[in-house]
Amino acid sequence: MLRKKECVAMLLAGGQGSRLYALTSNIAKPAVSFGAKYRIIDFPLSNCINSGIDTVGVLTQYQPLVLNEYVGNGQPWDLDRTFGGVHILSPYEAKKDTSWYKGTANAIYQNIRFMKMYDPEYVLILSGDHIYKMDYDKMLAAHKEAGAACTIACMQVPLAEASRFGILNTNPDGTIYEFEEKPKQPKSDLASMGIYIFTASKLFEYLERDEKDPNSEKDFGKNVLPAMLNAGEKMYSYRFEGYWKDVGTITSLLEANMDLLGTVPNFELRDNDRVIHSRSPLAPPAYVTGSVSNSLIANGCDVEGSVINSVIGTDCVIEKGAVVEDSVLMGNIVVKAGAKVNYSIIDEDVTIGAKSVVGAAKTEASKVVGKTSGITVLGRGISVRDGGKVAAGEIVDKDI
Amino acid sequence: MASTVGVIFTSINDDHVPELTKVRSKGSIPFGGRYRVVDFVLSNMVNSGITTVGMLTKNNYQSLMDHLGSGKEWDLARKEGGLILLPPYSDESEILYRDRLEALKGAMAFLKKAKEDFVVVADSDAVYKLDYSKIVDAHAANNADITMVYHEHDCYDSVSYLTFDTDGDKIKSADVNIKSRGVNKHYINVFVARTSYLLSLLHTAISRGLTSFSKDIILPAIKTGRVYGYRLDGYYTDIDSLQSYYKSNMDMLDKKIRQEIFGGRDVYTKINDAPPAKITETAKVSNSLLHDGCLIEGTVENCILFRNVKVGKGAHIKNCIIMSENVIGENCNLSYVVSDKDSSVSSGVTLAGCEKMPYFINKGTRI
Repeated sequence: MLRKKECVAMLLAGGQGSRLYALTSNIAKPAVSFGAKYRIIDFPLSNCINSGIDTVGVLTQYQPLVLNEYVGNGQPWDLDRTFGGVHILSPYEAKKDTSWYKGTANAIYQNIRFMKMYDPEYVLILSGDHIYKMDYDKMLAAHKEAGAACTIACMQVPLAEASRFGILNTNPDGTIYEFEEKPKQPKSDLASMGIYIFTASKLFEYLERDEKDPNSEKDFGKNVLPAMLNAGEKMYSYRFEGYWKDVGTITSLLEANMDLLGTVPNFELRDNDRVIHSRSPLAPPAYVTGSVSNSLIANGCDVEGSVINSVIGTDCVIEKGAVVEDSVLMGNIVVKAGAKVNYSIIDEDVTIGAKSVVGAAKTEASKVVGKTSGITVLGRGISVRDGGKVAAGEIVDKDI
Repeated sequence: MASTVGVIFTSINDDHVPELTKVRSKGSIPFGGRYRVVDFVLSNMVNSGITTVGMLTKNNYQSLMDHLGSGKEWDLARKEGGLILLPPYSDESEILYRDRLEALKGAMAFLKKAKEDFVVVADSDAVYKLDYSKIVDAHAANNADITMVYHEHDCYDSVSYLTFDTDGDKIKSADVNIKSRGVNKHYINVFVARTSYLLSLLHTAISRGLTSFSKDIILPAIKTGRVYGYRLDGYYTDIDSLQSYYKSNMDMLDKKIRQEIFGGRDVYTKINDAPPAKITETAKVSNSLLHDGCLIEGTVENCILFRNVKVGKGAHIKNCIIMSENVIGENCNLSYVVSDKDSSVSSGVTLAGCEKMPYFINKGTRI
């Protein structure tokens, strides 16, 4: 029997995420913890299954161990399918041209055979470092209706920030006449979200063409999309109105976590229609006593100290007299008695010794000039000794 | 450990907790803010290396089946063995069983097929941590016919039970349903036998028309001197009334008990994805368990809140067990309330029970 999938998703999860510093020393960016019990990749994977797409290739390259184990057979997202489902696609050895993924386009090119196994009409390209909820099915419907070769999801950004993004210059009917990657003088405020739907035959054609071009950097934004435009292919923009955040930097990662707080948060996770699935850990419910205000607390926590304006991940222990404020604790962290954690991001498996001081109050710390704008970062698995001190804005990746 | 198969009674003495078993069998009573009570015995089995488990069901087992699914969350979705539901009316029994012995007859086909040498048979309404492989080892070393697990505690208002006198590891005598004061050795409805021995007992029971597991099987077997006891040390509780349900849940607020039951191993359960619990600026939480999905805007004191419970602004809930998907409105005042799933209490309502008689709200009720 000939079987096919209408749309196959390819998730680019190979990025190093170097602007997350210690948080990505040993794991790929999509595997970074987010929102107390999620990892970043939960968002695109959940969006896929919630949009009816059940075939997803996850392209990994940089430090894939945690990511591979996390994705596993895809069961937490209902992506364990007999035909389709989620597949980890690492660079592989071939008879000729064995190589690492050399760019976003080359990574997809190297997996053309994977996509062709499902004989798809359309291919959805996603990146693994954005926090958002989106119905890709609506975007696909728009792509089909427009009869486009490629549809690019975009959203309005403040014009002042537009030069950080790929910018789409569009006609009133939504067709794109120009694509500029990080322009110094942006002509529009429509930023590409790095989400593309291609008509599969067009994608394969242009990937093969790009692969033969020795001058190409093998990048979608820089090479493939401009090439398609130049060849006169129909490129269409799809406006997304909703929460979307690139969590590629320490400040944006902290902000995105804080966007979950409040009775009416900027980004709502409690949504029965579009549940964000994750590999929910088997911890008992959180035990909470002491004072907790405006915070998220995941299962398995034991909170006897104070927690204010913070996101506390699974299995964290906040002992009596400890204070955590304006911070993100990713998971399995012990904050011992009398310790103070302020305006910090603490990676998994960290122990913070009694009476130690990590970071400084947000009002003070945010004046600090540096790579993280005053946010203190503790890397995975480290310990801070009793009475230890980590100054605001420091990035620490070994015991202190 | 020697190869062992598990059999679990999920529906014995359901009528002891009529409030909670109206919509479910005993094994699927929600417990501890996250679990169904069957999770504890099933996790004990899985953590003891057992990979084939037969679940004896009776009435009302829809909720149990929904909870267990294919068994994948317990690593029991397998090609060989795994989790097998044994509903009544099997090829060996044509009646809806009344007690354990009749129920076990429904497991005969399952036991005949099992390749495992030993069988652990256990109830599903108790919370404790126990490595069954140690009982099997002791059972084999003693060359026993039956090894029965007991726990020493004070007599409480149990409706039916079995107490032992022991001589070393051997059980010397047993009393059925006789209440004597003070600490006694209570059988906790867990026993180990050779699979072949259990099958021979069941054949005898059928041919002689025996009906009572304790009176017709255990008491005569003890006389042969080949029935041994195994003492469970540590925490043990079972759910035999709404009152014991309340107390057992509240025990989970005790750090020492929590560490004993949940520490150093996983208690497996069905996973429902819910966002982390949210505690707002207006909330105050003390000495409580909160599951993912809770949204707390009021005051919560000495409570166990299951998944997706909302507590409105100005509400004050104290000494309550609130099961999943409940909505407690603004300015409510609740104490000693046990609220079953999917219920809601409108704003401003005051409800109070007491420790011995918690106020019970049926599943899906709007107050």
